[in-house]
Amino acid sequence: MLQLFKFKGGVKPQTNKAQSVTEPIGIAPLPSRLFVPLHQSIGGTPRPLVAAGERVLKGQLIGAADGWISSAVHAPTSGSVRAVAEHIAAHPSGLTTLSVEIEPDGKDEWVERQPIDYAAMAPEAVRERLREAGVVGLGGAVFPTHGKLSASKTVAMDELVINGAECEPFITCDDLLMRERADDMIRGVGIFRDLLQPKRVLIGIEDNKPEAVAALSAAVARLGEKFEVVAVPTRYPAGGAKQLIRVLTGKEVPSTKRSTDLGVQCFNVATAYTAWRAIAHGEPVVSRIVTLTGNVERPRNWEALIGTPLSEFVALGGAKADTNGYLMGGPMMGFEMPAMDAPLIKATNCIIAGSPTLFPPKAPEMPCIRCGECAKVCPHELQPFEMYWFARAKNFGKTQEYKVFDCIECGCCSFVCPSRIPLVQYFRFAKSEIWAREKEKNAADSAKARFDWKTARDEREKAEKAEKLAKAAAAQAAKKAAEAAAAAAAATGGEATPAAASAASGDAPVDAEAVKKAAIAAAMARAKAQREAALPKNTDHLTPAQQKDIAEVDARRHEAGIESAPEAGPAAEEMKP
Amino acid sequence: MDFSTPPYLLKNASVQRVMLQVMAALVPGIAAYVWIFGPVILVQLAIATAAALAGEAAMLKLRDKPQSMFLADGSAVVTAWLIALTFPPLSPWWLVVTGTLFAIVIAKHLYGGLGQNPFNPAMVAFAVCIVSFPALMSQWPAVGLKIDFADQLGIVFGTFPRVDALSGATPLDTLKTALKLEEGQFSVAALLANQDVFGFFAGRGWEWVTGGYLIGGLWLWQRGIISWHAPIAFIAGLSLLSGALWLYNPSQFANPLFHLFSGGAMLGAFFIVTDPVSGCTTPKGKLIFGFAAGTLAYLIRVFGGYPDGVAFAVLLLNICAPLIDRYTQPAIFGMKDAS
Repeated sequence: MLQLFKFKGGVKPQTNKAQSVTEPIGIAPLPSRLFVPLHQSIGGTPRPLVAAGERVLKGQLIGAADGWISSAVHAPTSGSVRAVAEHIAAHPSGLTTLSVEIEPDGKDEWVERQPIDYAAMAPEAVRERLREAGVVGLGGAVFPTHGKLSASKTVAMDELVINGAECEPFITCDDLLMRERADDMIRGVGIFRDLLQPKRVLIGIEDNKPEAVAALSAAVARLGEKFEVVAVPTRYPAGGAKQLIRVLTGKEVPSTKRSTDLGVQCFNVATAYTAWRAIAHGEPVVSRIVTLTGNVERPRNWEALIGTPLSEFVALGGAKADTNGYLMGGPMMGFEMPAMDAPLIKATNCIIAGSPTLFPPKAPEMPCIRCGECAKVCPHELQPFEMYWFARAKNFGKTQEYKVFDCIECGCCSFVCPSRIPLVQYFRFAKSEIWAREKEKNAADSAKARFDWKTARDEREKAEKAEKLAKAAAAQAAKKAAEAAAAAAAATGGEATPAAASAASGDAPVDAEAVKKAAIAAAMARAKAQREAALPKNTDHLTPAQQKDIAEVDARRHEAGIESAPEAGPAAEEMKP
Repeated sequence: MDFSTPPYLLKNASVQRVMLQVMAALVPGIAAYVWIFGPVILVQLAIATAAALAGEAAMLKLRDKPQSMFLADGSAVVTAWLIALTFPPLSPWWLVVTGTLFAIVIAKHLYGGLGQNPFNPAMVAFAVCIVSFPALMSQWPAVGLKIDFADQLGIVFGTFPRVDALSGATPLDTLKTALKLEEGQFSVAALLANQDVFGFFAGRGWEWVTGGYLIGGLWLWQRGIISWHAPIAFIAGLSLLSGALWLYNPSQFANPLFHLFSGGAMLGAFFIVTDPVSGCTTPKGKLIFGFAAGTLAYLIRVFGGYPDGVAFAVLLLNICAPLIDRYTQPAIFGMKDAS
């Protein structure tokens, strides 16, 4: 029996999972339209490969991964591309995102699928294949899976953790997947195991899902694997990657490190399933299992196509009359879908129809009484009330001191707060402010560096010119003196000696003066440069906006080719003696 | 459905529920109080409550804050009850009102209201009144004093003369005075045996009241409203010092049990040093806060000029709380090896 560890904190909200597990996974009918966003994973936005009017087949690549951390996007069914245009995103902001609109033709005709035997392939090729198949973390973070399948070069891989905890209330899509598609899921875990070569494979499932535990144990035995299927105590957020890793291995992954640095890596069960489908069946990720629950007549899990508009999906469940909104994700970390035509995406594990009875309006926010409940339940052992205090005061440096970036936004603190303070919102606010400032500061720093460099270069050039001038004048004078001397020498013994002497003596002083002048000019230029380097310039403390303006002006000048012209002109003239 | 921010599920918790539970936890102590000293304490509780709510309402209006939400949060009532329970039960009504208004208006609202007060308002009230009205604040009814309820009310409202019989001292005071006056003549043991202010192991009657606070405090701990750190540390601080001195010279110093169950020790341990707003919030900080408060309370109570030291000890520690918190921040998830 595996020794389990505990993570501190956590809460036990009502699970509300029983409603949606009575029916098997249903296959959602083809919707009338699909809106497939190109950007569905962490990392680069895939480039669209299709244009309006084109016919696409199910599984056809429509967005190519852009960069290594990026993941491809495919047509969820066959049909014609209506548009490649901005469409409302499944995001609380209500912003739009570049999406491929497809009108299904009803045939659901696949492209030619190419199953591969990954055992015969190099690991890089397998990772590339997963990237091309659009396999991303389906637990909600949608991090490209291939990017997590390289072990640390220095630390041996001890454990591969497979996350079937599904700790958020209401959500049952992983539960049903494990019950019904255990074999393929376990085979997918096999791929991850082969790529990472861990010493142990641990599959963690909250102990409120005994059917899933049984199904996976049976599948593991059937397939002759040595994976350990472990029931972990039900306590939100046991399904947080860091929490599950802690419970199963005792390791705490700090925010400053990657889990592979500690010899452990974690994947969601649905990710393992899609990885197997991609490798062994050549099927890219074009659908996923989505729980439809909450205030609906028929709560159930559906295998729905990516891009299905929310309105058509919720029609499957029959929303009750008092439904007043839809959540994507769970009630702890989810968000309200911004519109009914926002699409289901790879990150959509659950849609909850909300009602005033299901999620009653929150009572007004009260002042913090520092009761410390939030600190008690924080799974990362932070002091949320202190961070709140400083975030409220916009003292963001202090929020960082209190480790705001270790906050995983699980919502436990807000859940228990007797003053009903939306703590997580304050921490998101602090984080985004800090990010924005850092960005601004970086921009300002590079603008300042550019500006300083340019000023220094100008000064240097001026000094160099002056010195050159001095040298040229000196050379000229020397030459003239030499000529005069030569002339004098030539005239030696001649009658014109006084004239030559007078010419030499007359010319020489003039040239000496020019040398002196040039030397003085050079010294002055050097002194000026030194002075300017020492004194603060009025350009030292510019606002980012001003610096941006300056940078733009410089750029324009540079483009127009006038940057050096005003200096070149007089300098060139000066050069003429 | 409130879609503004996740989480959309919230635990059924509110400031009001917290405060109601604190009030409920005071009930056993209050019941014993009534049993021993008569129902006049209920009148004092009512006076303090009324004054607190009036002060709160006035300040909320001045500060342009929502009235009903804050009046119903129960924090002012808890402050009022703690004041009534720490003042002598036959204090004149205006003394209780003065203390309560000072607590609510000055100690609470002038610092920003609920959650913002650096000092425990009830302890501020006690400190202000004992400094300003030392005689009245030291008049504790002798146990067994038979005055009927009507006369008690008369005393509180000034229609009945404050007879000498009232000016009994607390057991703590009696002990201190006797030991000071009759230096070397009386031993603690002899005093405890002879004087009728002393009961089985602490002040007569007070044993029951403080025992009631202990029961209420344990219930609060069991409910998760308070953590064990500050009360245990307070009790440890008080016991360690009193125990050491008692072992050193049992005829000069009372035993720890006497100290724990006399004066404001139990109320302080479970209801005062546990105040989250003015106290420490980190586990280590709570331990330091509680231990230092217990030690200081003993020093002030035994060697200082006041009959009890809990209020001053707590106020002094309130000043230190932010600093203590600053330096006792616990290591966070994944960072324990580093620190």
